[in-house]
Amino acid sequence: MFARAAASVAVTITLATIDGAAAQTANQPPDTMAARVEACTPCHGNKGEGTSDVYFPRLAGKPAGYLYNQLLAFRSGRRKYPPMNYLLEFLPDPYLEAMAEYFAGEHPPLPQPAPSEVSKDVLAQGELLATSGDASRNIPACVSCHGPGLAGMQPGIPGLLGLRANYISAQLGAWRYGTRTAKSPDCMQQVAGHLTEADVTAVAAWLATRAAPTNPAPVPKGTYALPFGCGSQPN
Amino acid sequence: MGSKLSTALLSIQLLALAALATAAQAQDKSSDIIARGEYLARAGDCTACHTAPEGRLFAGGRAMPTPFGTLYTSNITPDPDTGIGKWSADDFYKTMHSGRFPDGGLIYPAMPFASYTKVTRADSDAIFAYLRSIAPVSQKNKPHELRFPYDNRQLILGWRTLFFSEGEFKPDPKKSAEWNRGAYLVEGLGHCGMCHSPINALGGTSQSDAFKGGLIPMQNWYAPSLTSNREAGLGDWSIKDITDLLQTGVSMRGVVYGPMAEVVHNSLQYLNDEDTRAMAVYLKGIAEPSPPPPASSTLPTTESSLLISLGKTVYDKQCASCHGTQGEGKPPHWPPLANNQSIEMQSAVNPIRMVLNGGYPPGTKGNPMPYGMPPFAGLLSDNEIAAVVSYIRTAWGNRGTPVSAREANELRSAPLN
Ligand code: HEC
Ligand code: HEC
Ligand code: HEC
Ligand code: HEC
Ligand code: HEC
Repeated sequence: MFARAAASVAVTITLATIDGAAAQTANQPPDTMAARVEACTPCHGNKGEGTSDVYFPRLAGKPAGYLYNQLLAFRSGRRKYPPMNYLLEFLPDPYLEAMAEYFAGEHPPLPQPAPSEVSKDVLAQGELLATSGDASRNIPACVSCHGPGLAGMQPGIPGLLGLRANYISAQLGAWRYGTRTAKSPDCMQQVAGHLTEADVTAVAAWLATRAAPTNPAPVPKGTYALPFGCGSQPN
Repeated sequence: MGSKLSTALLSIQLLALAALATAAQAQDKSSDIIARGEYLARAGDCTACHTAPEGRLFAGGRAMPTPFGTLYTSNITPDPDTGIGKWSADDFYKTMHSGRFPDGGLIYPAMPFASYTKVTRADSDAIFAYLRSIAPVSQKNKPHELRFPYDNRQLILGWRTLFFSEGEFKPDPKKSAEWNRGAYLVEGLGHCGMCHSPINALGGTSQSDAFKGGLIPMQNWYAPSLTSNREAGLGDWSIKDITDLLQTGVSMRGVVYGPMAEVVHNSLQYLNDEDTRAMAVYLKGIAEPSPPPPASSTLPTTESSLLISLGKTVYDKQCASCHGTQGEGKPPHWPPLANNQSIEMQSAVNPIRMVLNGGYPPGTKGNPMPYGMPPFAGLLSDNEIAAVVSYIRTAWGNRGTPVSAREANELRSAPLN
C-alpha cells in the first residue's frame, strides 16, 4: 500500500518533470551551436560555406586554432571589421572557442573555382610565387607554410582554397599596410611585406582558380617544418 | 618552581601565539580589505575606462571620444613614476570624493567623480588597498587631445558649479536598509546616472534630471529613463526579472545591448545576490508612473500605414523565426518584442540600431553562451528598416510611433565601438 503510493507519487513527479522540460524546450531556441551562430550565417553561410559577397570569407573546415585566433583578434579590435568587432565584444574566450570548433567541424563542399579575369601570364606568375616563391626577393613559397595541397596545417595555418581573389588580395593588402596583424612573430606580415601590388593580384588570382582537392582537411600539426617561425603556429 | 616556570613559559608561548594570531588576523584583515576593494572596483567598473583593449589591467591609455576632443584614461597601477604608486589613501579619496588631483588640480568629469563622491571613506580606502596590490605597470599617460578652449582645465570650474555637489551618500531613514544599499550602489559606484541622464551641451547631468534618460554623445545610443515606466523604469517588473537582467544580461522582459552590455559584462555580473537584489529593490522603487505619451507621429497617416504593411512583410520574413509571429519571442534568449518598453520609447534610436547592427547580449556566468541577432544593415534598405521598426513599435498593442527612412539612414553611420 505504502509502496504503491510512493511509486505513484514518483511516477507523477517524473511525468511532471518530463512535461515541464518538454514545455520549456518548446519555448526555447534549440540548445545548439547552429542556433547560437545565426547572427553570423547571413554573412558566412549556414555552414560557414561563404556567401555571394566576395569579401565574406568561407569559415568551414579551417583549423579551429586559426579561427579562434581570428575571433580573439576581432574581439580586441586588432583585426578590424566593425560589424564583427561589435558582435564579439562581450563574448568570453570559451564561447569563441566553441564557435571556432563549430565552423571548423563543418564540411560543406568547396565552391566551384571562379573563371579568372587576369591573363595567362599573370596566372603563371601567381603559380610560381605560390609554389616556388622568389628567393631573389626573399619571398618564400606559399606552399611551404600553407602546405603542398594548400589545405593548411593544424592548429594555426589556414588553407587557401575556396577563397575568392578579392578576399585574398584584401587580406594581403591589410598585412602590407599593417591593418591586419597576427601573433608575433607575424610571419604573414614578413611575407606580405615583400610582395608588390602586382604579386598580390597574381597570387590571389591563381589561388582562386584552384579546383577543390579530394581531401581539403588541414594536415595534422608537425606534418612539415615551416621555413621560419609563426606566432600563430606553436611548434 | 617548575610549575611556575612552565606557567611562565606557557604564558609566553600563549603570548607568542596570541601575537601570531593577531598578525595572522591583521593579514587576514588586509587581504579581506583587498578582496573587498576588488569587489568594489568591479561595482565601480573602473576597468571599463582604465584598461585599454589588449592592454595591461588598469594601465590606462584607453581613448574616450567626447564632443570636445579625445581624453585618454590614466594609469592607476601602483607604478611610482607613471601610475599612482606615490599616492596616499588621502590623495586617492580626494580624487574619488572631490574630483581633484593630489596637488589640487581639477579632474575632467569624464572620470565619474560626480557619482563616486557618494562613496564612503572606508570603501574608497578598500579600493585604494586593492589598487596598491596589483602589478605595477610602467606606462606613461597619453596627453589628452582636446580642442581649444576645452584644453583649459579652469573651464571645469564652471561645470562643477553647475553640476557637481560633493558629499557622501546619506541614507534615507524612511526607507529600508536594502533600498538604501541599492541607492548607494546605483547613485555612487555604479555611476548609472552618467549615462541614464540627459546630457547637456556642457557634458553635465543636473540633479533634478537624474536618471531621466538621454542620448549618449558620440555613441548614439539612447540610455532610457530609469524612472519612467514608459522607458526603462522597472516599476512593473518582478524583482527576479530585474536581478536576472542585471546579473545575466537577459530576462523574460528584455535584454541588454550596446553600452549596457558592457556594464553587465564588466561590472554587474560580479555583484553578489544581496547587492543585486538591493539594486533591484531600489530601481523598482524609484520608477514613477508617467502620463501616456502623446501618441502623435510626424508621418502622415497614409504614409505610415503603407510603411507598416511593408514592415509586416519584412518582419514575417526576417524576424518572426526568432521573435515570434506575435512578437512573443522565446524569452529570455530571443527577447519578446510585444510589450517591450525599450521598443516603444519616444526615442527610436535603440530599436533602429538593434536592427542595423544586431548583437549578442554579454557572455556572463549566468549566461555563458548567449544567442545572437544578425545585423541587417547590409540586407535591408533604409525604407525597409524604417518599415520593420515602425511595425514592431506599433503591432501587438505596442504604443510607439512610426519612424522615417531618414532616421534609419542617419544611424547607419553611428560608431560601432
Ligand atoms: C556583416 C557580415 C558579417 C557577420 C554578421 C559576421 N561576419 Fe565574420 N567576417 C565578415 C567579413 C567581411 C570578414 C573578413 C573581414 C576582413 O576583411 O578581415 C569576416 C571574417 C571572419 C573570420 C576570419 C576568417 C578568416 O579566414 O580569416 C571569422 C573566424 C569570422 N568572420 C567569424 C564570424 C562569426 C563567428 C560571426 C558571428 C558571431 C561572424 N563572423 C559574423 C563578415 C561578417
Ligand atoms: C612562414 C609561413 C607562411 C608563409 C610562407 C605564407 N603564409 Fe600565409 N599565413 C601564415 C599563417 C601562420 C597565417 C595565419 C595568420 C593568422 O593567425 O592570422 C596565414 C594566413 C594567410 C592568409 C589569410 C587567410 C584567411 O582566410 O584570411 C592568406 C590570404 C595567406 N596567408 C596567403 C599567403 C600567400 C599568398 C603566401 C605566399 C605568397 C603565404 N600566405 C605564405 C603563414 C604563412
Ligand atoms: C567613464 C570612464 C571612467 C571610469 C568608469 C573611471 N575612470 Fe578614473 N579616470 C577617467 C579619466 C578620463 C581620467 C583622467 C581625468 C583627467 O585627466 O582629468 C581618470 C582619472 C583617474 C584617476 C587619476 C589618476 C591620474 O594620475 O591621473 C584615478 C586615481 C582614477 N581615475 C581612479 C578610478 C577608479 C578607482 C575608478 C573606479 C572606481 C575609475 N577611475 C573609474 C575615466 C574613468
Ligand atoms: C555606459 C553607459 C551606461 C551606464 C554606465 C549604465 N547604463 Fe543602463 N543602459 C544604457 C543604455 C544605452 C541602455 C539601452 C540599451 C538596453 O536596453 O540595453 C541601458 C538600459 C538599461 C536598462 C533597461 C534594459 C531593458 O531591457 O529595458 C536598465 C534597467 C539599466 N540600463 C540599468 C542600469 C543600471 C542599474 C546602471 C548602473 C549600475 C546602468 N544602467 C548603467 C547605458 C548605460
Ligand atoms: C536569429 C534570431 C534573431 C533574428 C532573426 C532577429 N532577432 Fe532581434 N534579437 C535576437 C536576440 C538574440 C536579441 C538580443 C540581442 C542583444 O542583446 O544584443 C534580439 C534583440 C532585438 C531587439 C531589442 C530587444 C530589447 O529587449 O530591447 C529588437 C528591437 C529586435 N531584436 C528586433 C528584431 C527585428 C526587427 C528583426 C528582423 C529585422 C530581428 N530582431 C531579427 C534574435 C533575433
